Amino acid sequence: MGTRNDEDVTDAASRLTDDTFLNDLRQQMIKFAILQLRDKDMAEDAVQEALIGALKNVKSFDGRAALKTWVFAILKNKIIDILRQKKRLINVSDLQHDDGEDRDILSLFDQKGMWRLDERPADWGDPEDALRGKDFWRVFEACLEGLPPRQARVFMMREFIELETDEICATVEITVTNLNVMLHRARLRLRECLENKWYMQGAV
Amino acid sequence: MLNCHDATRLMSESQEHALSLKDRIVLRAHVMMCAGCRNFEKHLPVLRRAARSFARGRDDEMNVK
Repeated sequence: MGTRNDEDVTDAASRLTDDTFLNDLRQQMIKFAILQLRDKDMAEDAVQEALIGALKNVKSFDGRAALKTWVFAILKNKIIDILRQKKRLINVSDLQHDDGEDRDILSLFDQKGMWRLDERPADWGDPEDALRGKDFWRVFEACLEGLPPRQARVFMMREFIELETDEICATVEITVTNLNVMLHRARLRLRECLENKWYMQGAV
Repeated sequence: MLNCHDATRLMSESQEHALSLKDRIVLRAHVMMCAGCRNFEKHLPVLRRAARSFARGRDDEMNVK
């Protein structure tokens, strides 16, 4: 048993010092961090710290998860720390976007709150195939970038970092009702974007 | 009678916590009759799965089936 673990650790350590592997991983991590922090410098710092942390703690990598998954988990913790530190800044600067967010979402529905004909969600068929394609992730990323900052932030805290409702509310200082409204809007918007940019293009 | 906007709101909330019995009943009644909301309901878990795969460094996750 011990040897298996040692092999995994040695293997992880050597991959983390392999230039090509490290460079790819780093690029992917930076994209992920920029999406959430909306700041390139901050994102690069977070990734740097996460990678250093990973190398330092490579012994605690037990080989059960994929190496990348493990490194991303470390990055997620860094991002949570940063989001907590800068919560004041976020609240003040993003508040004024609320009106525009409302109007956009309401355009999906008619006056009675029913789907407009051309906005009605379509049948995506089997989405599993799409989730495996490289192009899907490019579209997914673009759609995330298109979300209003506040919505994107809480959506990613919920679905990327998998924080619980009360944790998110405490971190960005909003009520549960507010959070639910924002998640609802983010999902409406993201779904619509994926449908328009991916499923309707027949890109599968 | 529930409209689509409220139905999508309830469906979104059901990803966060269990809905009350009354909400579940009115939602079921609406979704049964509304093809758009039926599709929306199928898309929500796809969004969640996509987001989580993305957050785990995606292709490792996706290649393992």
